[in-house]
Amino acid sequence: MTLEEWLDKVEKDKVRWTGECLNKKPVGPAFTESGMPVEVLYTPADLKTSNYFKDIGNPGEYPFTRGVYPSMYRGNIWSIRQYAGYSTAEESNRRYKFLLENGQTGLSVAFDLPTQLGLDSDDPSIIEEEVGRVGVALDSLQDMEMLFEDIPLDRITTSFTINAPTVVILAMYIAAGEKQGVPMQKLKGTLQNDILKEYLARGTYIFPPRPSLKLTTDVIEFCSRNVPKFNPISISGYHVREAGANAYQEVAYALSEAKTYVDEVLKRGLHVDEFAPRLSFIFSSGMDLFEEVAKHRACRRLWARIMRDEYNSRDPQSQRMRFFAGCNGTTLTAKEPLNNIIRTTIECLATILGGAQSCHVMSFDEAYAIPTEESARVALRTQQIIAFESGVTNSVDPLGGSYYVEFLTNKVEEKAREEMGWVEENGGMVACVEKGLIHNKIARQAYEKEKKIRSGEKVVVGLNKFVADDCCDTKGAGKGPEMNLHKADPEVYSRQVKRLKSIKRNRDNSLVKETLGNLEKAARKDIENLMPYVIDAVKAYATIGEITGVLREVYGTFKCPTGI
Amino acid sequence: MDEKKIKVLVGKPGLDGHDRGAKVVAMALKDAGMEVIYTGLHQSPEQLVRAAIDEDVDVLGLSVLSGIHIGASKRVIDIMKKEGVKDDIILLVGGTIPTKEDVDKLKSMGVDGVFPTDSSFEDIVDFIKDVVKRKREKTLAESRSL
Repeated sequence: MTLEEWLDKVEKDKVRWTGECLNKKPVGPAFTESGMPVEVLYTPADLKTSNYFKDIGNPGEYPFTRGVYPSMYRGNIWSIRQYAGYSTAEESNRRYKFLLENGQTGLSVAFDLPTQLGLDSDDPSIIEEEVGRVGVALDSLQDMEMLFEDIPLDRITTSFTINAPTVVILAMYIAAGEKQGVPMQKLKGTLQNDILKEYLARGTYIFPPRPSLKLTTDVIEFCSRNVPKFNPISISGYHVREAGANAYQEVAYALSEAKTYVDEVLKRGLHVDEFAPRLSFIFSSGMDLFEEVAKHRACRRLWARIMRDEYNSRDPQSQRMRFFAGCNGTTLTAKEPLNNIIRTTIECLATILGGAQSCHVMSFDEAYAIPTEESARVALRTQQIIAFESGVTNSVDPLGGSYYVEFLTNKVEEKAREEMGWVEENGGMVACVEKGLIHNKIARQAYEKEKKIRSGEKVVVGLNKFVADDCCDTKGAGKGPEMNLHKADPEVYSRQVKRLKSIKRNRDNSLVKETLGNLEKAARKDIENLMPYVIDAVKAYATIGEITGVLREVYGTFKCPTGI
Repeated sequence: MDEKKIKVLVGKPGLDGHDRGAKVVAMALKDAGMEVIYTGLHQSPEQLVRAAIDEDVDVLGLSVLSGIHIGASKRVIDIMKKEGVKDDIILLVGGTIPTKEDVDKLKSMGVDGVFPTDSSFEDIVDFIKDVVKRKREKTLAESRSL
């Protein structure tokens, strides 16, 4: 029997089975989280068009469907990296040491909102409580030095969730490294630096899209030439997913952004294989376990194909998509918060079965506040239990070859390609951002999903099904569960502002003025890479607000379409 | 009585950019027949109160997730009082309001309604319709008694 004949037989047998067995007790329709219809059963006949060597392949080889490294977690466990940072640099430095002592293998820095928007802690436009609230407050190089005090920068990898002012943060990290005697060539880590998704979701943009794109490109170019071990960008599907996109849209928007960045860097005269190996990605893992695994696999394959076929990359490292994934925060509930530990376990599993290089598990109390030490530890332990107790790390891509998962992988790739076509038809990612087209689509989807939850059509346990009587009501009365929540320190603002004022008094202010003047002149040119100028300014202890202020002056600011 | 459409301004005070909740609530209020304006991100308390006055809204709804609900509300209330509109515009706060103490504190500060995470659309819509109706009746009664 040839393979074709055998597949025909399998297909015919499914028709027989449907009639004789399945239809005796008919079932209703089912859909994946993104709305794709799901059959009761998949067989080898559903993979008729798949070719193992062409479409799946072995791990570590094109098209990387099964993973970017040959031995995956058998060789090295993924990087366990919990997002952390709050209050001042000293406080966060203590939390980082705590996480490193507890077995975490890399750091992931959360900044407060003024820092993410390039504002000094004493900026009169900000509400005082923003300082040090959702992350660490950072004004000058001094804060960066304190943030990493006694943490050797040549021995750890650090991920920075920073976008609009990435040039400033990278410059400060380089300068802090130098002070520790670590040259920038040895620094390892990741910058988020994905500004386009900030307009779609998350919202920490400052300048209009086009100059922002220029800054992003400056960082990628500078790192490619000078900080070779850094991932200069983490292209994100995660945030747009949180804002309402579905699984295949998440892939499509992230890869459309990625293509935009690649196009820009190519214009600087770099060859694709000079920078593409260091592009990294961020995705989300939601509750539909198999669709999420399929999504990660499909995304990896699609990127490999784009890099090889559209950009003519020759280096396999340019084609392999390394990614970080975190839990889908919108799936977590404020009600019965301990249930979130189970949800994040499933999402972490989806991340690992999807072949991620790095993972963050959300803390169960994040619907209320940033994590306490206890909830942060449970999140870390969730990853460690999956890594060291569950056995999922033993064999690479254990769901590869599952009829259902391979079928879904094909489907997600197909749908993502279609969505990328829609972005192209509308003028590409920058035009879509400026016109608010994606905003509109995802806001509508978020609303439709919420309505389904409210009507009970989409089940959320403890919220709209199996609701406990003793759980406090939601009629605006406040739920106030008996749980320890992270308490923000009310003194952060005054401490941080005091330090900022002292730095401004004690630095060489003529040098600050000179370096900022040079930066402004460079920013007014179209193609000058700003990184060297920003490094000079941070070394003179110019603040993030002063540096970003120069750029605000040159580039202006932006009012983003809301989409509703 | 001729029913004038209820007008709501949904705003995000401060620097936080997570506005899925603000947009979802804005759309739910629209579907409930209200006229809704969403300001977009990065609004200072001054800008929000100014927009509420200029647009002559019945309700100003603040969406806060970043833990600054007390400070942001306080600033908005102070400005509303300074502008003499605290009694004219209904002030609501929604989002991550973690504890009962915070809810109580917001109400004692002068917030008219607080809607923490998981509040239902119906609760928000009913609350708005109810307070706006009472406020309008009161205004009508006062104008008649003059």
